[in-house]
Amino acid sequence: MLGHLSTPELSSLLALSPSIDQIGTQERIARIQARSIKGAAKIQGLRMALSMIDLTTLEGKDTPAKVRQLCFKAQHLHDQAADLPTVAAVCVYPTMVGVAKKALGNSGIKVASVSTAFPSGQAPFEVKKLDTLYALDNGADEIDMVVSRGRFLSGDYQFVYDEIAAIKELCSTARLKVIFETGELDSLDQVRKISDLSIAAGADFIKTSTGKIQPAATFPVVLTMLGAIKDHFDKTGQMIGMKPAGGISSSKLALQHLLMVKEVLGEAWLSNEWYRFGASSLANDLLMQYQKQLTGKYQSAAYFSID
Amino acid sequence: MEVLKTYKLYIGGQFPRTESGRSYAVLSQSGQHIANACQGSKKDIRNAVQVARKAQASWAAKTAFNRSQIIYRIAEMLEARKGQFLEELQALGFDLKSATQEVETSIDRCVYYAGWADKYQALLGTVNPVASSHFNFSVPEAMGVVGVVACQQTALLGFISQVLPALIGGNSVVVIANQKLPLCAITFAEVLATSDVPGGVVNILTGSVEEMLPTLSGHMDVNALSLAQLDIAIVEKAQTEAVENLKRVMSYSIDFSQSRAQGLSYISDFQEIKTTWHPIEQIAGGAGGY
Repeated sequence: MLGHLSTPELSSLLALSPSIDQIGTQERIARIQARSIKGAAKIQGLRMALSMIDLTTLEGKDTPAKVRQLCFKAQHLHDQAADLPTVAAVCVYPTMVGVAKKALGNSGIKVASVSTAFPSGQAPFEVKKLDTLYALDNGADEIDMVVSRGRFLSGDYQFVYDEIAAIKELCSTARLKVIFETGELDSLDQVRKISDLSIAAGADFIKTSTGKIQPAATFPVVLTMLGAIKDHFDKTGQMIGMKPAGGISSSKLALQHLLMVKEVLGEAWLSNEWYRFGASSLANDLLMQYQKQLTGKYQSAAYFSID
Repeated sequence: MEVLKTYKLYIGGQFPRTESGRSYAVLSQSGQHIANACQGSKKDIRNAVQVARKAQASWAAKTAFNRSQIIYRIAEMLEARKGQFLEELQALGFDLKSATQEVETSIDRCVYYAGWADKYQALLGTVNPVASSHFNFSVPEAMGVVGVVACQQTALLGFISQVLPALIGGNSVVVIANQKLPLCAITFAEVLATSDVPGGVVNILTGSVEEMLPTLSGHMDVNALSLAQLDIAIVEKAQTEAVENLKRVMSYSIDFSQSRAQGLSYISDFQEIKTTWHPIEQIAGGAGGY
């Protein structure tokens, strides 16, 4: 495996993970949230957020028809508005990757597949491997894997590291997003530690949550993860992507997240190559706000397609 | 030193201050400063419509009997707070006699509309004769979110006379209260908050009609407007802005103290008629099943 770390090496790496100043984090977030984005900047921000969405359906009741419908929505966000961007990717279960791939054709929209026994990650590694290979064989461009939170919390860092590194190896050209499920990790220190661990193991993106558990992508958690990305970049010059997922359902929140990325990581991260929103209902709120900016009138959900 | 009360807004079952942070002085007829009220803004309207939309479906889905009980409960709570309303009206400059009359008529009107909850469907609904093998019937349904600009001449009665018919018919409402006489509207909100009306079904804002009405009439998620005693120019402007999503605009010029200021027609003003064609099965050449 590439750059594989031994247990002592991993321990010394994790020993360097800083502990997070919770009060300082909250104060910084409060300052970001106090800002107001209006006019042309708001329009630009809304368009940018739309282009960063991983339009997601991860339900037990998903059907090929539902996925095809979502793929149509991904390409036609709101045809009444001219020149809208498309979303970045459609995010589905491995069984739906083939359907999504075909429905999206050469639209340029990526297909992301959750993997490794999403959402719990409670399966033997062999199963996780097959899960991932199945998604890749069907054409997934991106793999969203979940980490073994139980193992992480009980201190078995080597196990978690090896798992991520092994899945990364399977991915070859597909980009790997590593989902932490921060709602299960209890403290910001843990979030920082697992961020450092995942980045060392080869994650291309780090992602907050599965969307199945609350709290999900809270500001403190996202800021902590952005800090890990920044420190890694300062040390190595290598960029890592960020994907908050779950709980970001309004334009206001999305714009505040963008502000935070710009402030912590800089302009380079403000594209869908390095930043994504995992969301299903966010798209329509962004579209409604966008229309509000253009027409001056508050919008009704009745005039926007559900998915 | 006398501390003057600042009356807050009523949105989603809560009493927030306006997001704009502004307030204005409420004066009695003799020009005395008797209280402060929130100067509501466009964004308050937006927030109110948002919660009104959320609350509407479950309000309309309640049984007619339950809605009746809740409106009747409002009458009971009004009765219990009668003294406070009388004080407020007198502070605003009404004499005791006309204040008493206004409050008592308001209570009567609550009881009156509470009684309509399980009856208007039967009177507004029809079975229609059609020339095919169909059972064809029409039923009234709530329109959705109704924007109300409360009567600018009365402090309580006009407000109640406009809000209740929309409410009993399963709509949720966003009300811009009487600009000069807002106290009773907010005290009425305190009544609502203690009478089982679910949060968000009635939302009450105070402030400038001129400033807030365009937001309401242009809002794509508001289904109808109820206006009263407004200048024709303001009504026409609201009608023009309402065109975009085909809002129904009702404009009343009636004196709400009259007994004909209540009735079934005020309920049907905010009902949409849905017609259903139901095929009638012909079994073994017999007569239709209906």
